[in-house]
Amino acid sequence: MTIFTCTLLGFLVVCAIAASLSKNLLNTILIFMSYSLVMSIIWILLESPDLAITEAAVGAGVTTVLFVVTLKKIHAVIKSDEETKKTGEGNGENE
Amino acid sequence: MSKKVSQEQYENTFSYRFGRWLDGVKDPFLDTVEMKPQEEFHEDEETVRQHGEDIRQHIQHAYDLEHNAEVKIFRKIYKIFSILFCVFLVAMLLEAVSELPTFGEAENPVNNEVAERYIEKGLQETGAVNIVTGMILDYRAFDTLGESHVLFIATCTVLILLRVDKKGGQENIEADDRHYEPKDDVILQTVARLLVPPIFIFGIYVILAGHLGPGGGFSGGAVIGAGLILYQNAFGFTKTERFFTAKTYRIMSFGALACYSIAKSYSFYTGANHIESVIPLGNPGAILSSGLILLLNICVGIVVAGTMYTFYAMFRRGGY
Repeated sequence: MTIFTCTLLGFLVVCAIAASLSKNLLNTILIFMSYSLVMSIIWILLESPDLAITEAAVGAGVTTVLFVVTLKKIHAVIKSDEETKKTGEGNGENE
Repeated sequence: MSKKVSQEQYENTFSYRFGRWLDGVKDPFLDTVEMKPQEEFHEDEETVRQHGEDIRQHIQHAYDLEHNAEVKIFRKIYKIFSILFCVFLVAMLLEAVSELPTFGEAENPVNNEVAERYIEKGLQETGAVNIVTGMILDYRAFDTLGESHVLFIATCTVLILLRVDKKGGQENIEADDRHYEPKDDVILQTVARLLVPPIFIFGIYVILAGHLGPGGGFSGGAVIGAGLILYQNAFGFTKTERFFTAKTYRIMSFGALACYSIAKSYSFYTGANHIESVIPLGNPGAILSSGLILLLNICVGIVVAGTMYTFYAMFRRGGY
């Protein structure tokens, strides 16, 4: 059980660093969402299931949706789509 | 026996006017308070140019560090005082921290009788099997009332900031993103049809069983709010508007907060005056037990679910 907990905690740290370093805003939101999901599992392991329910609903669910809607509003999603298309083409040439 | 009242008499009653005010049909200030129409403010170019010149001269004078002695003195004093203030603040905080009891000592306030009483007598006094719920909705219900109001105020702020006026016109096309909505996405709709009922039932279960097991008003309300958002995403605003509009939210949150306040006022009144409360604690473990906690959980759940969905609707298109 401790190995499992340690793995999750390590994943949490990796997620936190990756979320702040990621250039693509949509990726940041997805990483943040996985952070919340892992956090809710850790709450269960720490024997507080009520917090786990709240974390899963608010952290992984509603907050992510609000972030994505905001990105859509400021047209960041469309832009990043174009960027990925460009980089995707670049990678294709390299391969 | 109710007596028949003419329409004119009925319109003079308080309840009629209150109902109209609540529905937003009539603004009590309109046509009764004298209002002056605002005129557009005009200024000729000469004075505007003169003002600009004056401001530029003032700025030049103020930032001319070599010739302005006042600024030099002010900057020196500013630096000294800021350092003094920081030192004072640090000293004060360190002094306060040094007064704290040593970490991990047995006679610390953390280990005093309050926590023990919560654990030992919580079941007897609140009737809630779940000690956490008993604590936050009985011993510390005042905090939870404040939290519910914070949520309500947050919604009001979001409404003020993001609400789009329907009378607007051209500029609202940007804010209203109805045209982004997926048009009858089969996968999303099928998944939503399967998932939304279990999500709602789970949320209701979490709210109703808050005093028996893990959960409570906030978690259950958040789950129901997430379910509402999923339903809206799959089927669009026209379908959610059939059962959830701005008016529904107003009535729901007002009713829930008022109910919470009244219920808690009653228990504070009886508690402060040492009067026996008439609300039975019931049999611990039964669904209808632990006094007011079930009612308070339902109230908090309603407020939270409405708030979650309102946030989403406001972010999406500035309205319901």
